[in-house]
Amino acid sequence: MITIPYLTAVSTYFSYGLLFAFGQLRDYSRRIFDWWSTNNLHGYAPICLAHEDFYIRRLYHRIQDCFGRPISSAPDAWVDVVERFSNDNNKTLKRTTKSTRCLNLGSYNYLGFGSYDEYCTPLVIESLKKFSPSTCSSRVDAGTTSVHAELEECVAKYVGKPAAIVTGMGYATNSAIIPVLIGKGGLIISDSLNHTSIVNGARGSGATIRVFQHNTPAHLERVLKEQIAEGQPRTHRPWKKIIVVVEGIYSMEGEICQLPEIVSICKKYKAYVYLDEAHSIGAIGKTGRGVCELLGVDTADVDIMMGTFTKSFGSCGGYIAGSKDLIQYLKYHCPAHLYATSISTPSAQQIISAIKVILGEDGSNRGAQKLARIRENSNFFRAELQKMGFEVLGDNDSPVMPIMLYNPAKIPAFSRECLRENVAVVVVGFPATPLLLARARICISASHSREDLLKALQVISKAGDLTGIKYFPAAPKKQEEEKDTIKLD
Amino acid sequence: MLRQLELSCSVSTMFSTIPCFCKRGDIIVADEGVHWGIQNGLQLSRRTIVYFKHNDMDSLRSTLEKIMTKNKRSKNLRRYIVAEAVYQNSGQIAPLDEIVKLKEKYRFRVILDESNSLGVLGRSGRGLSEHHGVPIEKIDVVTAAMGHALATEGGFCTGNARIIDYQRLSSSGYVFSASLPPYLASAAITAIDVIDQNPELLVKMKQNIALLWKGLSDIKGMSLASNHESPIVFLKLEKSSGSTKEDLLLLEKMADRALKEDSLLVVSSKKSFLDKCRLLVGIKLFVSAGHSDTDLIKASESLKRLASELLLSPNLFFLFITSYVFFFNLLSYFIILDDHVA
Repeated sequence: MITIPYLTAVSTYFSYGLLFAFGQLRDYSRRIFDWWSTNNLHGYAPICLAHEDFYIRRLYHRIQDCFGRPISSAPDAWVDVVERFSNDNNKTLKRTTKSTRCLNLGSYNYLGFGSYDEYCTPLVIESLKKFSPSTCSSRVDAGTTSVHAELEECVAKYVGKPAAIVTGMGYATNSAIIPVLIGKGGLIISDSLNHTSIVNGARGSGATIRVFQHNTPAHLERVLKEQIAEGQPRTHRPWKKIIVVVEGIYSMEGEICQLPEIVSICKKYKAYVYLDEAHSIGAIGKTGRGVCELLGVDTADVDIMMGTFTKSFGSCGGYIAGSKDLIQYLKYHCPAHLYATSISTPSAQQIISAIKVILGEDGSNRGAQKLARIRENSNFFRAELQKMGFEVLGDNDSPVMPIMLYNPAKIPAFSRECLRENVAVVVVGFPATPLLLARARICISASHSREDLLKALQVISKAGDLTGIKYFPAAPKKQEEEKDTIKLD
Repeated sequence: MLRQLELSCSVSTMFSTIPCFCKRGDIIVADEGVHWGIQNGLQLSRRTIVYFKHNDMDSLRSTLEKIMTKNKRSKNLRRYIVAEAVYQNSGQIAPLDEIVKLKEKYRFRVILDESNSLGVLGRSGRGLSEHHGVPIEKIDVVTAAMGHALATEGGFCTGNARIIDYQRLSSSGYVFSASLPPYLASAAITAIDVIDQNPELLVKMKQNIALLWKGLSDIKGMSLASNHESPIVFLKLEKSSGSTKEDLLLLEKMADRALKEDSLLVVSSKKSFLDKCRLLVGIKLFVSAGHSDTDLIKASESLKRLASELLLSPNLFFLFITSYVFFFNLLSYFIILDDHVA
């Protein structure tokens, strides 16, 4: 859990208070000005009430240039960021034709498939010429090609399950699948920091939802015991089904979930495990098979494995892998399979080729090299940042590294400072994180070389000094230790 | 000024847009035949939802009347009408001019899903508003999936600047999800350019729809249930067997035989148990500007032949089977009764 230092908490509260006060003052004066001009709503209720988009108008718009920066090249280790300017104090931003080449620390390009790849890209272009960008149909109607069938087999084999189903979008996978699996009379126990797609899917299903403390198996056991003892609300009958939903790597914390303990608890209480491996598939584990391989959990113990292809495979879409019966059932009932347009065929080809490279089936050992490099890069970068005194979240081996900023003013300061030095970082604030816990999220890729990482460290250190985010004391440098030893001698 | 927001999945467009604008107490009036994406969005918004009869303007008028008179507070609540331009589940076209008149009378806002009408209806393919001659500013939010006429993936949502800006932080499908692959966005841009520069494509498609209608107008056992200008031609069974499952099995059999015997690919309606739409099932034909006249004539002949083979004679067969089963049960019941009495 993140514990915010006392002084930082006070200054963060004060900053937000000041921003809210100024925002309210501006709103008040705007209302006075508008009182003179005609009210053009004509009897309609306002579509956005004043307090709903207050955060957007008065806080977000001021630092809008740090978010949504357009890029004009593939998201490789280095990327072209388009320059923008604003004539009305950041309310609207206009693109220019110029772009700057920046070191890319913000894309989820874990294995480097985000740009031209010598094996994957020619196959994708061939598939684009043969099949065209879209199938214009849902999977059950006319949208299944041979590539789709091959993809599902390939994914199932890679993940280690008997069968898999693939959809066109990762977000829709969770929102459309969870309501099919569980309904009223069921219980969903989800980690407190689960992704919004899981929360939406759970809400849409109609089942009862309970939350357990982030990554704390002891609390999960307590919640399970209580809920099983109480039964369904009001009727107190036993639950029809209990599903525990966890993620492999939590994208905002960089932490790896404690899967072995959670699986053993679920086995004890006969609950199903739903594992969302959006960030961990392809990025961790010896052969990239995700958190199960890393932590030594048998894939047969995890009932439903879900993942996305956007991160490590350089494509789009999501999958669910499970037993043959489960996938057959989903194919009959899942709305994402029945109604949504199927995944674009060239994207499917990209996934198949990427999996082949990772497993070494393309005849080279580039896959193993990439996996070794990303592990090396992540561990090196994290260790260096921690030595410098930054508050870095996440476990070892995880390629996601959030650096805590806390203060709202530091969000644009850090981002703009880094961009000035040609390093593109992603900063995250509300609503993706809690209001007080803003952070900069670094995503390391296998295509970053050692020089890139050293440059990044240098720039981040400089920006960190300027903005004052080195909340921990820096580790003493090695040179000083050597000097001491020489003196003693 | 109109702006636009793009999402990477067609189905998630509506279910991300609707929950943004609806808070506690707001009222949404939706057509009962909307597709699953919209139904999911309505359910996630957790607001008061009132359904009106599919594409029935009188039902809509009475519903709006009831809402405005029943609830005196409704003047301060946000009120929306959700409709599709061309309904995916039935091929009907919404009468936009009447909806706009009702919306202006009762002060509702309109959210319109133009997935199947973009690039199809209207003189230059700009959708239902051009088709009915309604200025686009009168429709508050327009969403569409690009997997239909534009032949790419994903969806978009348009509206005025304030609505779209608000969605950039509160539309969950936009904020918490990866963006569309760039090649699909380029494909969409090119498709729009092609439609703009080649209006004869739209003319050809409209001619194809008319040709198919003419060919299928005398099909036995089935009837055309969609609008005569809709690109989704919907054939429903004239005599339903009473159970949706039986009907679906029959339609599937027809579609299978069409594929095997005549190399004609048609689809029957598919329903998930999550889909609350109660409309009839049927066979859907999607017309394209790329179809030639001979293709469509062959298709109508094939369907007419299969309909007469499968839908008329098996009635006798089913009658025979059901009467046999009935008498058999009756007989066994009497035998058991006899045993008891004995």
